[in-house]
Amino acid sequence: MNPTGTTATSRLGDIVGNANVISDPGPLAAYEIDGKIPRAAMRPGTAAEVAEIVKFAASEKLAIVASGARTKLGMGFAPSRYDLALDMTRLDRVSAYDPGDLTLSVEAGVPLHALGQTLAEHRQFLPLAVPFMSQTTMGGLIASGVDSPLRQFYGTARDFLLGMEFVTGEGATAKSGGRVVKNVTGYDIHKLMIGSLGTLGVITRVNFKTFPMPIRSRGFVARFASAERAFDMRNRIARSALTPLTMEIVSPRVAELFESEAASRYEPAPMPSNVISGTEWALTVGYAGNDEVLKRCSADLERMAEEAGATGAVVLADTLRPAFNRKREFIPIALGSSPAATIVKMSVLPMHMTSLLGSAQRATESNGLPWAAMARGLGVIYFALLPVDRTEDTKARSAKVTDAIHAACAGLGGHLTIPWCPTEWKNVLKIWGPPRADFALMQKVKRVFDPQGVLSPGRFVGGI
Amino acid sequence: MDSRLLHDLKSLLGSDGVLHRPEELLLYEYDGSVEVARPNCVVFPRTTADVLGIVKLANQYQIPLVGRGAGTGLSGGALSRKGGILTVFSRMNHILEIDVENQRATVQPGVVNADLSAAVAHAGLHFAPDPSSQKACTIGGNVSENSGGPHTLAYGVTTNHVLSMEVILPTGELARIGSSALDAPGYDLMGLFVGSEGTLALITEITVKLTRLPETVKTLLAIFETLDDATETVVEITSRGITPAACEMLDGWTLRAVEAYVHAGFPLDCAAVLLLEVDGVREAVERQAEDVADVCRVHHAREVRVARDARERDLLWKGRKNAFGAVGRLSPTYYVQDGVIPRTKLPATLRHINEVGQKYGFQIGNIFHAGDGNLHPLILFDARDESQLQRVIAASDEIIQFCVDMGGSITGEHGVGMEKDRLMPMLFSEADLNLMRRARDAFNPVGLLNPDKILPASKGCGEIHVRPLPMAGAPVA
Repeated sequence: MNPTGTTATSRLGDIVGNANVISDPGPLAAYEIDGKIPRAAMRPGTAAEVAEIVKFAASEKLAIVASGARTKLGMGFAPSRYDLALDMTRLDRVSAYDPGDLTLSVEAGVPLHALGQTLAEHRQFLPLAVPFMSQTTMGGLIASGVDSPLRQFYGTARDFLLGMEFVTGEGATAKSGGRVVKNVTGYDIHKLMIGSLGTLGVITRVNFKTFPMPIRSRGFVARFASAERAFDMRNRIARSALTPLTMEIVSPRVAELFESEAASRYEPAPMPSNVISGTEWALTVGYAGNDEVLKRCSADLERMAEEAGATGAVVLADTLRPAFNRKREFIPIALGSSPAATIVKMSVLPMHMTSLLGSAQRATESNGLPWAAMARGLGVIYFALLPVDRTEDTKARSAKVTDAIHAACAGLGGHLTIPWCPTEWKNVLKIWGPPRADFALMQKVKRVFDPQGVLSPGRFVGGI
Repeated sequence: MDSRLLHDLKSLLGSDGVLHRPEELLLYEYDGSVEVARPNCVVFPRTTADVLGIVKLANQYQIPLVGRGAGTGLSGGALSRKGGILTVFSRMNHILEIDVENQRATVQPGVVNADLSAAVAHAGLHFAPDPSSQKACTIGGNVSENSGGPHTLAYGVTTNHVLSMEVILPTGELARIGSSALDAPGYDLMGLFVGSEGTLALITEITVKLTRLPETVKTLLAIFETLDDATETVVEITSRGITPAACEMLDGWTLRAVEAYVHAGFPLDCAAVLLLEVDGVREAVERQAEDVADVCRVHHAREVRVARDARERDLLWKGRKNAFGAVGRLSPTYYVQDGVIPRTKLPATLRHINEVGQKYGFQIGNIFHAGDGNLHPLILFDARDESQLQRVIAASDEIIQFCVDMGGSITGEHGVGMEKDRLMPMLFSEADLNLMRRARDAFNPVGLLNPDKILPASKGCGEIHVRPLPMAGAPVA
């Protein structure tokens, strides 16, 4: 029997209703991942339906990839098999929001932007300024593990995700954590799901801690003739009493990206003038507090910028948002700015960032590729290769460049992944880096959650 | 125990590295909880190689193996429930590396929590998790239990501050997980292992984040005539969006016990106090302290004292952190609960705890992390009287059931251990527990390491009679 033939479709229709089974080639094309199109897409409306679908898929050995807004399906390897798409966007209910307790429980398909208003009514927010902000769903941002400029102060989702419900690869509905802000009951299984690209479970509900919205905020940008000077200022801030909400160092070409057509798609408001320049490095900081705090921070930052040898500095008040939004959307803006954009993510100890960026810059320029970079103050660098074409030659040069950066990064004890690149380059670029010493442990984890290997097979580290 | 195993352990660790006489083992049959379990022997490794050797012998002789730091735990996590080899890490107590510029430190598991903060204080840094036992407890123990502390309200618990570990699986594999750089690719094994209560691996090395000390700290003591006024204050501080660095509550009875012991100048005639701390840049702290004091006054605080200097502040904290010790002077035994509730439910829960105390005829003291809703009712009793122990457990279960009914959890920072495993079905379905069991078995396949902890024995056990909660997001009746 053809498992995705008529019988299968009718069985799936029994679970979610025929109206929620998509099998026409036209609409199905929207679920494409790296050139692969599933044979059907399901739109479950409840966690129980998700469990039924996965149970059926496991029994028929059908591979499933769950998705929300489908903005980050290009991350990781192409799935080795892809029979069914699980469209989670009908799971879009806010299950509970307790402003007095600052906790929130939402279904996986809830779009992040839809929560903004609800939380703002209580002067609260989720510190998740992640890329693709206007589209991304809660489940998608967790499964992809994307980070945000606000991690400088608030940490990543890992630090305020309180609990989760999910469906395992065998179709079992399970949960871990809870809905209180402090909890050590049982294993923190939900942390494993973060950044796992759907290879361990289908996330159906997430519980978060919410945060009081800062009273007032400001932005500060200082420009520098060299990366060294910009990072010198970063180090001065790190040694100071200031606790900024965001801190990014951006390379010269970023100004051009932020004023491009691609940027206006994500943030239509114009960039404030005189903020970053096309030829200089810049350090950008966001901070918040009462008026006295803001005054103090601005003064301290101006002093530190001068000490670090800035060529100019500006405090942004009302104009903060368009600049901030672009910083948040660095990845999609870079992806939209080149026919073969390749995003390299590197992590090193903060004091090694200058050296690593130097190596990356030399490798890229000696191979004649345009690039732009944004480094987070805590030691995470997004380095975008922005070739002007997608030829075999460019592919070969990009591979040479990324191999060189890999080596430099490993030499500094850091690690590197390539979350985005053209599909047909994924067999040449080492997108998950070299094999890791703890890979055997990761395989153990995978076998616990998805023994049949039906969830997002092949997309993750080492082809898990 | 097997004399050949004893001989092999002594050849591995030297005769001063092994204890086995009954009178020597007495010290290791308990921790800070009311549980008791005696190991067959206690060993003291000095190196990772020693630990590897111990794990190999445990496998060879098929004898259980349990790790232990300072033994200050409050749920029996470091007790040998099934006997076997208790591996005490007190001799692996070296700070291996301090990297001030990158704000990292690498330590052996037996390093005492407060010692690390003391070692980096000169650089204006500290290790943020600060359990009340921090002068004794070890970082290995903190990691195993995912320990909290008063300042975790603003700074987060242990899992938010640990980056990488060298671990030895019970099968004898040595592995390094996580990395000192952020965002190690692959599954978040650190997330799984931190807080796994010693059931997945023994830890031999830990890399942690160091946090900058705040520029300014202000400590306030708000004094209340009624318990409700104090709890309502906490509710409003939370809902106003004020995040103090710490928000601790002591009820009047506990306060008097503490004052008799510590002489911190706590008032003896009030119903409750809140010990509040705000920290950060000077300009923010001034305003926050005013806001906090304002909320206290709105809720009828009789007095809001501000510690004038470091000495006064230390004295207030000494009172808080030595509270369990102070209560220990008044009663042969106490049972400490660790339930968590949503913070808006504090007033109702404290009232319920009082009722339970009256119903069962026990004195219950309350001293806890009010800011994050993490309760610590201390039920005083005499463990020599078996019927009292039974009633204490019944009273405690009633309190825990109330916490769960409020949408809370059975443990906020002390761990499940061998004390609350039977309560796990209150929160988790058999499917949830099965998955956790399989995750454990993937790393600890024959249950050699810290057996019979966290997860209740599989269904069929007559002891399990509580019903699981509905799914976490579902409304709670």
